[in-house]
Amino acid sequence: MDSNSVVSWPRLPENIDGFGIKQKQSEEVHVLAVDDSIVDRKVIEHLLKVLACKVTAVDSGLRALQLLGLLDEQKIPSETNGFGGLKVDLIITDYCMPGMTGYELLKKIKESSSFKETPVVIMSSENVLPRIDRCLEEGAEDFIVKPVKLSDVKRLKDFMTTKEVIRGELSQEEREGINKRKLLDTSDVSPSSPPSISSSPLPSSPSSVIDSPIRRLKMTGTD
Amino acid sequence: MLGLGADLLWADMNRLLAFLFHQGVLDEQFLQLQQLQDETSPNFVSEVVNIYFHESEKLLRNLRALLMEKEFSDYKKMGIHLNQFVGSSSSIGAKRVRNVCVAFRAATEQNNRAGCLRALEMLEHEYCYLKNKLHELFQVK
Repeated sequence: MDSNSVVSWPRLPENIDGFGIKQKQSEEVHVLAVDDSIVDRKVIEHLLKVLACKVTAVDSGLRALQLLGLLDEQKIPSETNGFGGLKVDLIITDYCMPGMTGYELLKKIKESSSFKETPVVIMSSENVLPRIDRCLEEGAEDFIVKPVKLSDVKRLKDFMTTKEVIRGELSQEEREGINKRKLLDTSDVSPSSPPSISSSPLPSSPSSVIDSPIRRLKMTGTD
Repeated sequence: MLGLGADLLWADMNRLLAFLFHQGVLDEQFLQLQQLQDETSPNFVSEVVNIYFHESEKLLRNLRALLMEKEFSDYKKMGIHLNQFVGSSSSIGAKRVRNVCVAFRAATEQNNRAGCLRALEMLEHEYCYLKNKLHELFQVK
């Protein structure tokens, strides 16, 4: 990897360096949160901090693209793999925003070379299936119906942490398979799921399993 | 605190909070926020709530101004404000305020001026009630 000196906190295995995503000094998951509502920004920021994530919260898609270095004027050459811009492990964005919607932001991120691998999660107060489908088709990792709860964010964080550990050990296709299976596993608790992928351990979570429209879709087999 | 069911927290809640839940003024989301409060962020709930009050009062002023326009009311703009109000109310667990906003929004979609006026009155009333009760709650705590 690089010239890491001995550090006192637990490290991930050495082979986590693949595909342009490096763990720098901090093991913290860095989340970029995008929401035009100041109340929601405050809540999501706190939810993420409670789960020991580093958070950058912005109020618009435009501002998010600016931070990521993806605005047309700022196009960064693809060789830098996002190192020139912000290092972000997860982007979570509201759907309904003035100016650029979360969907439009999602598309721009997935079109970029530096951030197309970064998971993007959409939040919305409207549980509208065509909207959810559209976002998933565009490459959104998950869709959360507001109000956002701790269990929603915890599920994301567990997913993120698992992804980082596995990333260095698997091929591209295997990783994609795990990603899809992860969403299924947390709802049907299949015995075939690898031990390293954990479902949300919160005991009072039955509502969070049912609440997620993604789970509802998967459970009824409408894929 | 993480993972405790609502039923366990009921035992600890003071009577005012229990009353507000019972009346449907607040819902589970408010509990969520309380669960996020700890030693490192002891004022989290009141901070969020104060932001909510600030934003809500802006929205209410805007809604009233829009509805009082002599010639014509900008229903679309009111709808946008109401979407924001629904969202923020839902995020802090202000259930009754949220429900009134939803009804208000429906009236704007029908360009129903009288209905909007009634809804605005009700919204102002519900919001005032919520604000007073939450102030009381924060004093008690």
